[in-house]
Amino acid sequence: MNRVVITGAGTINALGNDVPTTLAAMREGKCGIGPLEIRDLDRLSVQIGGQVRGYDELSHFNRQQIALYDRFTQFTLLAAAEAVAQSGLSFAGELSARSGVVLGTAGGGVNTWDENYRSVYEEGKNRVHPFVVPKLMNNAAASHVSIEYNLKGPAFTVATACASSNHAMGLAFQMIRSGMSTVMLTGGSESMLCFGGVKAWEGLRVMSKDACRPFSATRNGMVQGEGAGVFVFEDYEHARARGAEILAEVVGFAMTSDAADIVMPSKQGAARAIAGAISDAGLPRDCVGYINAHGTGTAANDKTECAAVADVFGPHADSLMISSTKSMHGHLIGGTGAVELLACIMALRDGVIAPTIGYEEPDPECALDVVPNEARDAQVDVVLSNAFAFGGFNAVLALRRI
Amino acid sequence: MDISEKVIAIIAEQAVLDPSDVRPEHTLQDLGIDSLGLVESIFAIEEAFDISIPFNANDPTEGAFDISSVAAIIAAVQGLVQART
Repeated sequence: MNRVVITGAGTINALGNDVPTTLAAMREGKCGIGPLEIRDLDRLSVQIGGQVRGYDELSHFNRQQIALYDRFTQFTLLAAAEAVAQSGLSFAGELSARSGVVLGTAGGGVNTWDENYRSVYEEGKNRVHPFVVPKLMNNAAASHVSIEYNLKGPAFTVATACASSNHAMGLAFQMIRSGMSTVMLTGGSESMLCFGGVKAWEGLRVMSKDACRPFSATRNGMVQGEGAGVFVFEDYEHARARGAEILAEVVGFAMTSDAADIVMPSKQGAARAIAGAISDAGLPRDCVGYINAHGTGTAANDKTECAAVADVFGPHADSLMISSTKSMHGHLIGGTGAVELLACIMALRDGVIAPTIGYEEPDPECALDVVPNEARDAQVDVVLSNAFAFGGFNAVLALRRI
Repeated sequence: MDISEKVIAIIAEQAVLDPSDVRPEHTLQDLGIDSLGLVESIFAIEEAFDISIPFNANDPTEGAFDISSVAAIIAAVQGLVQART
């Protein structure tokens, strides 16, 4: 089995338009959540989100590109550009044929659906732009990354709601580990902060109207975010041979299904995924120093997740750190695991554990070290990233310092 | 159909029961309505009466809307309907 390392990272999200800015914001415990700036906001009861602010698509893309790139594709391409530049790779010949892209998104081109439904239903138009379909399709982002970087191997999109990115990165890891690919661009993207995208979530009555406070007894729901995270996963020997800078090693992945309820999480399903990722890595459980939690800030997720961690780790659960950066960038749904992987890399490389901000009051059902409100300096060797989706799908990645 | 009958009809439909089997003293739990069923019932009541119910599924008991029994829900809906007119 081949070892798999990360040699590039890129992002755009509510905390910053690149990785250094995002990590600095996480270190400072900055909150990227604020009042939404979208059309028809007055008809929404939830009016906050982790929005990418001051974003001007015309400063990044020309008119022809914008006709084809939904906001989630634009975010993906910006994140991919940063990641590929950091890796120093260019794809030609045999490497091109053995490299691919697998990305997660839950909704794909939600803004494109929203704008065009509005135009035909509300404004009564009978004609839409010819590129509506290629713009809104869930695989548009992966396709444009493949086109942009000449990636001719496996390329596809994973849509497993809030676990999409982790599933995507897990599959990219397995493809390189098994020898199917040499390099995979992977991660995910989401952009559903538009009237229809927020209205749909409002319906579930699980959204907070003021803040995302994971693990705090005062938490009152989740807050949506948007953006993308893209990584370059590479065969370790290939990376070493070319003298690439290695950010971290991906050592394990597990996915499970609760096979139970369409929205309520299951402790057993989550625990099996957490334990599975560690066992896939071939490591003892007590070497895990940090977990980037799914930590949505809902009543149901946070207590279930803490119970699952307590079950898997036993007494060691009290000595590891677990934080939810969703408190800062919001829940990026299908893109969330990708942005959260940045906190894992920061923990391993910089020895800085991102905090759970907005924490006000301990909850006896979430009695773990959730790194409240302030980042912490700590050396950790192995970290996990949790993602648990509606539909009962769980995906957990394990990373190691290198 | 008055408010009480309409609320009971909505709850009965959610619980897959005959309206005559839904008693004022029943809790939603008694009727086998889970959290998702509760959210659906709230939605159906809002649509039926054109009202907006303050309700957060993260803490159903916290809000101003009393869901402790069928009678409590009917009273709360009556209050919201009155406030509307």
